[in-house]
Amino acid sequence: MIRFNNVIKKFGEKPVLRGFNLHVHPGETISLVGTSGAGKSVTLKHMVRLLRATEGEVLIDGVNINQIDGKALEEVRKRFGYLFQSAALLQWLTVFENVALPLRENRKFPEREINERVERVLEKVGLLEAAEKLPADISGGMQKRAGLARAVVTEPDILLYDEPTSGLDPVTSRTIDELIATLQKDLGVTSVVVTHDMISALTISDRIAMLHQGTVLEVTPPREFLQSKNEVVRGFLDSQCINPNFFDDFPERMLK
Amino acid sequence: MITREPYQCPACTSLFARWGHGGLFFMQQMGQAVLMTGKAVMYIPLMFGKRNRSEVVYQLFFTGIKSLPVLSVVALFTGMIFAVQTGMELARFGQEVQVGGAVTVVMLREMGPFMTGLIIAASVGSSISAQLGTMTVSEEIAALEIMSIDPIRYLVMPRLVALLAMMPLLTLYTDVLAVAGGAIIGFTQLGIDPQAYVDNAVQYATVKDLYTGLIKAFCFGAIICTVACHTGFATTGGAVGVGRATRQTVVTSFLVILITGFILTKLFYG
Repeated sequence: MIRFNNVIKKFGEKPVLRGFNLHVHPGETISLVGTSGAGKSVTLKHMVRLLRATEGEVLIDGVNINQIDGKALEEVRKRFGYLFQSAALLQWLTVFENVALPLRENRKFPEREINERVERVLEKVGLLEAAEKLPADISGGMQKRAGLARAVVTEPDILLYDEPTSGLDPVTSRTIDELIATLQKDLGVTSVVVTHDMISALTISDRIAMLHQGTVLEVTPPREFLQSKNEVVRGFLDSQCINPNFFDDFPERMLK
Repeated sequence: MITREPYQCPACTSLFARWGHGGLFFMQQMGQAVLMTGKAVMYIPLMFGKRNRSEVVYQLFFTGIKSLPVLSVVALFTGMIFAVQTGMELARFGQEVQVGGAVTVVMLREMGPFMTGLIIAASVGSSISAQLGTMTVSEEIAALEIMSIDPIRYLVMPRLVALLAMMPLLTLYTDVLAVAGGAIIGFTQLGIDPQAYVDNAVQYATVKDLYTGLIKAFCFGAIICTVACHTGFATTGGAVGVGRATRQTVVTSFLVILITGFILTKLFYG
């Protein structure tokens, strides 16, 4: 579905991605983890061509997104939902208007259907009561949920999450994780999650990709990831006090 | 595509090479700004559409009505100051009655559009730049692009329409108030009969003075929108970047307005 083939990305002379290879399968949830500066968010931005690869190709169902523009790019982007780290809600629109924005602007639906759809997703993320509030009047966690509602309201094939739990308390983080897992199960979308939060990555992912210095060190299912012998992976897990028996201690109900 | 990668000046040791890259960067920015405004102009026929109507009306209100208080004060006092200064000099020759003509011609030709341009660049231009800059650094612009919403149609076009429509109207308002300010000084300080003041103004001012001033105002509107939107979209570096972008908008707008004003004056009167 999404394939990175030998992608190199440089900002000036500074390489951020160095021969990056990754294959995201349809319907899976893959988490990209790694230290700051490893290239996680840059990878995500390449998928929707907010950044263009210096070399190599980024294929979305066989279409090289680096080589398209205008309408063709718009069509590819319509297949994506993107939850930004800052939620990126328009500050002068209410939560309802923010979620309705992609539907209203793309002129495909009558107003009645837009209202129904927006109410449905707001209910799903538990924000129906805050629908008429402005983003500045709700908490960070609620903003993230509103951003998530906006990302899924167009029923995209692929959902990209840029640090969905950063800056949130542990309880709200787990709520967001549950929401991501539920949405993935209900909608059957392909999800790519960039995160530092290993609990989040381990509980919602089908596979975890460890990024280091602009390359993928290893891509494995969560249980294998925990047993990894790679020094960088071990260091990353140890830094968050995640031991190889994580799944034995973690409540079953919170696992995907 | 509005979302841009940060410009990286290649590492070069030569001073000339750095100047060259600086020049290329400047030309690139100019080109992007002009292309952006050109695209916004192409979207103008959509201004009455359901998706854009409310934003266009809000921007007309924000640019026009909200600027009236500050413009009123500036226009009135500019006219009064000008009348005091010219009146004192003309009184030495017993020609103080000519104040009406002097104030009116200067306001219509130069000071009306120029003063309005500066006020609108400082108030509306800086506000546009700060808003778009904040949206850029908080990834709202990128979010619009991913939703396949063109920020030029959604954000630039309504602001361009508002500035193009309102600048000539506000300039006319400035002209009228400044002439009135001159009349107040003429009547109270110089002892000029208001009727004589108006007669003198009408005698010297021509229709050409009026329409060249309004054309200038129209051009200044386009300049303010182009500079403010382009600088806003090019913002990087968080809150400090937004502050920098706002300052840059005001400074650049002032300079471009000044230079364009001179060129237009030479074209019309040279």
